[in-house]
Amino acid sequence: MASQIQYADVEVGTELPAASFPVTRATLVQYAGASGDFNPIHWNEKFAKGVGLPDVIAHGMFTMAEAIRVVTDWVGDPGAVVEYGVRFTRPVVVPNDDRGGLIEVTAKVAAKLDDNRVRVDLTAMSAGQKVLGMSRAVVELA
Amino acid sequence: MALDQSFVGRSYPPTDPYEVGREKIREFAAAVGDANPVYTDPEAAKSYGYPDVIAPPTFVFAITFKAAGQVVEDPQLGLDYSRVVHGDQKFAYSRPVRAGDRLSVVSTIESVKSLAGNDVIDIRGEVHDETGEHVVTAWTKLVSRAPEEA
Repeated sequence: MASQIQYADVEVGTELPAASFPVTRATLVQYAGASGDFNPIHWNEKFAKGVGLPDVIAHGMFTMAEAIRVVTDWVGDPGAVVEYGVRFTRPVVVPNDDRGGLIEVTAKVAAKLDDNRVRVDLTAMSAGQKVLGMSRAVVELA
Repeated sequence: MALDQSFVGRSYPPTDPYEVGREKIREFAAAVGDANPVYTDPEAAKSYGYPDVIAPPTFVFAITFKAAGQVVEDPQLGLDYSRVVHGDQKFAYSRPVRAGDRLSVVSTIESVKSLAGNDVIDIRGEVHDETGEHVVTAWTKLVSRAPEEA
């Protein structure tokens, strides 16, 4: 592993660079193909509304994949992530327009652990609502 | 309908190996919009000490979730998959998944609960490579929502 962040340089409360990730219907079709998850709630508006959703929603695993990019972009080596977990609290709604949805991710160091590891707590918001809960990663720093 | 508690602790046979390909990793990285060269350029991966390109952290879910299908579709368990939503997801890595891996999954039912009429099931997927080395463990919580009152 080759983290570009030094354990000695971070403290509890250190903020990671935040990032926003746009998600359109095209993004979801591409993710469906890459991940093999073809559930129609992620691309078929009629179906999504028929099961009580406000509109097509993003794959929870897509949101999970985007959120951890704040950590992997920070450390450089994605292999420095030794644990990662989330709770899917609310869906990311993706309207069929030019803009789609937006996932806004912030993260900060919540604890310094043994063996050069830190716990990073992530917050993922979309349309003003928290879409992931208990979103935490353990990362091994240099 | 409450699920049978006797399923707690049940493990399913290891899946046939899934061979991780460079192009599948490239496709996944492109789909999540991540341009980190460690996912696509073997030389960049080597500079980090990996023998080949590695996969983004959540890539392995496609493999473990397919394996969890053995549980979800077990007729004896009787989960109503049409009402299932993904509750929680967690991974613990021994090392990153990488191109050339041949990964096999053993799925185990960790818990079965009924909460407010919803069936909640926790499935653990242990992922090993073909040498038997542990690569990652995935925990997936699925919630089968109670049918609405008629």
